[in-house]
Amino acid sequence: MKTLTDRALNLAQVRGATYADIRIVRRRTQDLTVKNGVVEALSEDESQGFGVRVVVDGAWGFASSAHLAPDEVDRVTALAVQIARGSALFKIHDVKLGPAVAHVGTYRTPVQVDPWDVPWEEKIDLLLKADKGMRATPGVTVASSSLGFVRENKIFANSEGAFLDQEIIESGGGIAALAVDRESGEVQERTHPNCFGHDQRTEGWEAILGMKLVDNAPRVGEEAVALLSADPCPSGTTTVILGATQLALQIHESCGHAIELDRVFGTEAAYFGTSFLTPEKYGNFRYGSGIVNLTADATLPGGLGTFCWDDEGVPAQRVPIVRDGIFCGYLTSRETAQQLREIVGDAAPETSGGAMRADGWRRIPIIRMTNVSLEPGEWEFDDLIADTDEGIYMELNRSWSIDDKRLNFQFGTEIAYEIKNGKMGRMLKNATYTGMTPQFWGSCDAICNENHWQVWGTPDCSKGRPDQVAHTGHGAAPARFRNVQVGMMK
Amino acid sequence: MLGQERIKEITDGILARSTADQTEVVVLAGDSFLTRFANSAIHQNVADTDAEVRIRVVVGKRVGVATTNNLADQALNQALENALAIARLQPENPDFKSLPGPPPLGSAQGRPIPQVTAFSEATAACTPEQRAKGAGSICLLAREAGVVAAGALTTATLEVAVANSLGVLAYCPTTYADVVTVVMGDAGSGYASALALDVNDLDFEVIGREAVKKCLRSQNPRPIDPGEYTVILEPYATQDLVEMMAYTGFGAVALQEGSSFMVGKIGQQIVDSRISIWDDGLDPRGIPWPFDFEGVPRQRLDFIEKGVARGVVYDSYRAGKEEGKVSTGHALPAPNTYGPFPLNMFFAPGDTTLEEMVQSTERGLYVTRFHYTRVVEPTKVVITGMTRDGVFLVENGEIAYPVKNLRFTQSYLEALNHVEGIGREPRLLTGMDGMARDSVPALKLGKFTFTGTTEF
Repeated sequence: MKTLTDRALNLAQVRGATYADIRIVRRRTQDLTVKNGVVEALSEDESQGFGVRVVVDGAWGFASSAHLAPDEVDRVTALAVQIARGSALFKIHDVKLGPAVAHVGTYRTPVQVDPWDVPWEEKIDLLLKADKGMRATPGVTVASSSLGFVRENKIFANSEGAFLDQEIIESGGGIAALAVDRESGEVQERTHPNCFGHDQRTEGWEAILGMKLVDNAPRVGEEAVALLSADPCPSGTTTVILGATQLALQIHESCGHAIELDRVFGTEAAYFGTSFLTPEKYGNFRYGSGIVNLTADATLPGGLGTFCWDDEGVPAQRVPIVRDGIFCGYLTSRETAQQLREIVGDAAPETSGGAMRADGWRRIPIIRMTNVSLEPGEWEFDDLIADTDEGIYMELNRSWSIDDKRLNFQFGTEIAYEIKNGKMGRMLKNATYTGMTPQFWGSCDAICNENHWQVWGTPDCSKGRPDQVAHTGHGAAPARFRNVQVGMMK
Repeated sequence: MLGQERIKEITDGILARSTADQTEVVVLAGDSFLTRFANSAIHQNVADTDAEVRIRVVVGKRVGVATTNNLADQALNQALENALAIARLQPENPDFKSLPGPPPLGSAQGRPIPQVTAFSEATAACTPEQRAKGAGSICLLAREAGVVAAGALTTATLEVAVANSLGVLAYCPTTYADVVTVVMGDAGSGYASALALDVNDLDFEVIGREAVKKCLRSQNPRPIDPGEYTVILEPYATQDLVEMMAYTGFGAVALQEGSSFMVGKIGQQIVDSRISIWDDGLDPRGIPWPFDFEGVPRQRLDFIEKGVARGVVYDSYRAGKEEGKVSTGHALPAPNTYGPFPLNMFFAPGDTTLEEMVQSTERGLYVTRFHYTRVVEPTKVVITGMTRDGVFLVENGEIAYPVKNLRFTQSYLEALNHVEGIGREPRLLTGMDGMARDSVPALKLGKFTFTGTTEF
């Protein structure tokens, strides 16, 4: 591989590149789905290729190919240079990357049991048992369960001397029960352990065993059916306690995307939009209440956004984002880190926070979330409920939407419970809540402690053109928010 | 491009070596180029070349799938072995009937795969410099107007081939060119996008002018209370109604599982009688694609005809679950638990212009497009989302002033029962996941419920 990476980097520089990098990626995946007792999908996919990124005449060019051969490396490198010269026709300023990145090393996700060592039969058997458990409840219309595994081998080399070899292993799975009232046309769904019937971690088979899919299957089926006859979530303004999985998605949408510095600088404007967290707010804007502390930590064991180096060769880091409620950090790349310093000066770090990630070999790295998490607070969950006179507990996302500056959001959850006089009461269905990001986080007055904190995976985060899907992690524990508008279902 | 001959070599080789009862090979080979701009300058310019071979094997009633993008014989053999191994280890799927065969001559589906024009030499040959000039012309228009442009310009070729051991053999090279731009001022933005088979049919200056004009007009929006309004939707916003209805209800899986709004409604009036929505992969007004990912010829499929629910799309697996059903030619690549999906939708145009819609409105909102829409309740198609890139208050037949964006929570089905006008000039737009191509007009709806506001 070193021969091929050297070939690309040398040719790029001969043709005028002032910077070049190459990633050679091989990604293998396994996916299994069981639906109503039938194996509906079983597949093993493999994709490999390489991508060359160059700076020529102060502008970026990128080209990629699946055909890993010397001649194709030459063609693709030359194409990347040609594309960069095209980009330079309409540039505003030259690319500046800051200090050189020249790390050398290897890394492999630590796993107890490699998921590729677990026989297909064992995986299928697990899903069939979970499926049976969900369908034990009369009224479950569709039971579905799934497993998915990723093994990505990635070599990164750049013209500054970096040469990195990483293997990232992911294991994911989950179950979902759908109940349909044919007369009213109403549909209710319950899932486990995370929304949309899937959680994922950078771990081995032990991650799947930890999900206890079979143990939870009967409850999931029962709750799906029970939701059909539950009372609807009332409309009004009240106290809301969000469960950890719902809070994970709240963090993802209202914090994680808002702190992507390329989005802040406008490069996502034509797709999912920009961000309200503009540079003049850096270090002084009150994002949340004084107990709100958020971090982006690519070193978190098991997190879906965990790695050793990003796709610019920058080491994984733990970056403070919100400290005691004050906004203090972005997700950055080498280039945007320099741009930020030009705006805010020495207040910003000198180097990248290591958040450049590409969706496989075909795509150019862009700024992506790592593991963006709400740090744990001090409350035991039972104490938090007991301390709440009136409110609603909401858990597991069902729908999510946020405006193109990440301010106005509306979320719906699978299930909710009324809280009255410090006790959980009746089950509620079709729960929704809405708000504005800073006001919402400003209303947070209690966060559960580390006993209730877990990192959850979001394996389907879209960004960029061409569309790139990233795997991100979010640690959260249940938290309480005051004066929240609920019940927008029409 | 790999070319038909090389692709046939690959599919023939795999079919000859397979020991399965049935075998299907799908080849997707393409070259894609994208130039992305922001702050009125190019910031990302990329190209990729890929060829994926997807092998589906059937052993008894067991199905296994494996894919690879390594076209060496050894890698293709390994993928075939993986598919066979996967199929052999699983229990039988009693719902699986068969891969589709070539349709028997004389049957309703018994026609050869239609010949359609789906390829443009100009699009396939488009250079980085041409794309840079196209993007640059939009950036220059924005700079001249004192605002900034962001967007993307894509040109792509895709060869799709399907061959199976029952005799299905289909190949089609396709191209498309797509441009999208958001133009932003200090306090307001505008939007425009277009899709064509031939890159020469995209007029970047026209697109740029549309977005710049909208941006300049949307500056300094005023706050407005949420509530129920008459709305005039540009085609970009109408597209979301069509796509969300497809996502929640136009596929066989949602119908069979009971979560589609079409359940129990086939043959009944479900929306205004002026509404007709269908899928037609052969219509040259779209981007034609003559067969699906099982090699089944695409058929025109009416979802809603003059307000009456007519049907949903099927692939071979889902058709096999219902007596008397056959695939309508809407399969996605296997394995696919989501089921069949329409990729070439048409919303019947009407006889009104956007100007006439505004003139006939006493008080309402003019909406450029919707943003981040999500399903709140599938069987009523209750959707929440935001307006974006230009929303205006209409008063006494005129656009009065721009207003701040609003959140809506609204049943699209219910909204389509209050039609007050349909545009006569549909636009062809890229749809869901970049794969769908929708032809949609402007719409005027009498009632639409906004449930919140934002700061801009």
